[in-house]
Amino acid sequence: MEEILRVEGISKTFTLSKKQQQIERTTQRKKVAVDNLSFTANRGEIFGLLGPNGAGKTTTLRMLSTLIKADTGDAVLDGCSINSDPEGVRSKIGFLTSELKLEDFFTPNYLFDFFSRLHQVPDDIVKTRKEQMFARFGIDKFAEVKVKNLSTGMKQKLSLVISLVHDPEVIIFDEPTNGLDVLTARTVTDYLQELRDQGKTIILSTHIFSLVERLCDRVGIIIDGRMISCGTLEEVCNGLSIEDRFFEIFKEVKGDEQ
Amino acid sequence: MKNNTWTIIKKEFARFFGDRQLLFTTVIMPGLLIYLVYSLMGEGIGKMVTEGRDDVVTVRVENMPEFLATEIVTDSQLVVLEQPFGQEDIDMLSDENLNIVMVRFPKDFELLTSVYDPQSGLPAPNVEIYYNSTNNASSLVYKTLTMFLDAYESGLSNRFDVNRAEDGKEAQFDMATEDSIGAMIWSKILPMLIIMMLFSGTMAIAPSAIAGEKERGTIATLLVTPMRRNELALGKIVSLSCIALLSGISSFIGIALSLPKMISGEDVELGFNYTFPDYAALFLVILASVLIMASAVSLLSALAKDVKSAGTMITPFMLVVMLAGLLPLMQSSVPESFTTFIIPFYNSIEVMTAVFSHKLDWGNVGICLASNVVYTGIAVWGLTRMFNSEKVMFGR
Repeated sequence: MEEILRVEGISKTFTLSKKQQQIERTTQRKKVAVDNLSFTANRGEIFGLLGPNGAGKTTTLRMLSTLIKADTGDAVLDGCSINSDPEGVRSKIGFLTSELKLEDFFTPNYLFDFFSRLHQVPDDIVKTRKEQMFARFGIDKFAEVKVKNLSTGMKQKLSLVISLVHDPEVIIFDEPTNGLDVLTARTVTDYLQELRDQGKTIILSTHIFSLVERLCDRVGIIIDGRMISCGTLEEVCNGLSIEDRFFEIFKEVKGDEQ
Repeated sequence: MKNNTWTIIKKEFARFFGDRQLLFTTVIMPGLLIYLVYSLMGEGIGKMVTEGRDDVVTVRVENMPEFLATEIVTDSQLVVLEQPFGQEDIDMLSDENLNIVMVRFPKDFELLTSVYDPQSGLPAPNVEIYYNSTNNASSLVYKTLTMFLDAYESGLSNRFDVNRAEDGKEAQFDMATEDSIGAMIWSKILPMLIIMMLFSGTMAIAPSAIAGEKERGTIATLLVTPMRRNELALGKIVSLSCIALLSGISSFIGIALSLPKMISGEDVELGFNYTFPDYAALFLVILASVLIMASAVSLLSALAKDVKSAGTMITPFMLVVMLAGLLPLMQSSVPESFTTFIIPFYNSIEVMTAVFSHKLDWGNVGICLASNVVYTGIAVWGLTRMFNSEKVMFGR
């Protein structure tokens, strides 16, 4: 298998405001979100980061997408370093999270063209790709409807389509089915498998065990910002279900703290 | 019931006093601004009153009566020349740079006033004072002389007039041309109006374009594209400048169309004679002003976490710009120092004032443009850094 992503010892520490200290119920000014995390992902596989809320999954994906900088360490994605070539990294990834929104004043048609231009996609390819993607997700009928007038499910499908306008080699999804209705969630997970079959690499974060079991070729379990276990499902699960194995690991790491 | 009321009051107070920004803009800023505005206005008004007082003024007097000679010859600021003058001399007064006042008394003025009977119905002897209202020193001496003569006339039981129109014809004693009066008025009003219109245009769109994108979560969608952050910063500032310019032009057209109606009740005709170079300079300086406004408002908007807090942050800044816009009202001439034309906002106002005063200086326009372009470059750099800063972009 060809390695397409190598993450080496990335860390991220946040300085908490007083308000955040109250929310986190801590007196510490610093919070280590990601602690010396390393893993690799291969071309044509779905790699899942599994962990509880606050484990550092989202922070990791935001560092990989260059939205935030790693304090230490590096990640090289298809030859581009997140530290020295963030533009290169961004040109090779499609990043989707529920935090990323689309301007609701515009239509799907306009947004597809706009983001294609930002990704330097040639005009002739844009036209064909738009037709295919819109048809695949049923957006074609709403291509000229402003985003604000689309249903929530349609908005989410459009966000997915927009994140893939440039046909990226690596797709990074933070909680891909979070907040989706069951039909849209199914459409998204089916599409992720389609993408994998096309040779794309998908890095996703989730806390849903069934999703990991159904989609992921390899999985990394993160707790408190550290990679506790990483490998194929068989390697990580050690004969157990992913859910049982996760709680076993969690108990080893945290004791009875939960 | 009382407990609930008290609970609501406590909650509102906790909300208000817990928000330092709101506390500052609501409680501290108004007092601070009133102090600053009134102090500046007071200083300005004081300056207006004393402006021209130190200038030496030549007073040409025809048929000078003795009572006046003893009064004004002793004034060290006045060079009094006793000599007749004709229409050609009076016409010279239209040059606003000359500190001259011309006073014509009727021949044998004192005799005429002593024999004049106010009940006779005949016109009283008339003293003509020619001056130029757009020249501060000339205008000041005219006012002083008029006051003195009015006081003297009261002592004589109204036996003469000052600057009376003859035979129903409108006499012209103020030799300022319509053009120079217009230039004086436009140069004091229009720079402030233009700056305010441009600023309102910028204010209306910039917070939504940057803080709004942060608030709506759409900025992150842009930030994960391969576009460079400086391209994003420049794109934002240029587009905001263009839209603010359109908004400013619309407002300016409104002002230009309504001004004639606004002054139609006045007796004076105001000239509005500007040449192509004036308009070109005005356009360039408006462009430079819009660039720097969009830059400044964009920087503040990028710092704000949402549109509302952007508005709160921009308001004090807007008031500072307004104050800068008021400065031409308080000065008689365009400052000449180099530093004037490199101070952001103030430089634009001064160049506009110079254009409307018919004192266009391309050197100053160049300095203003160059410095504003430099400031815009710095702002693009700053905005790029902000787009790169996760604390600014995603900080809660």
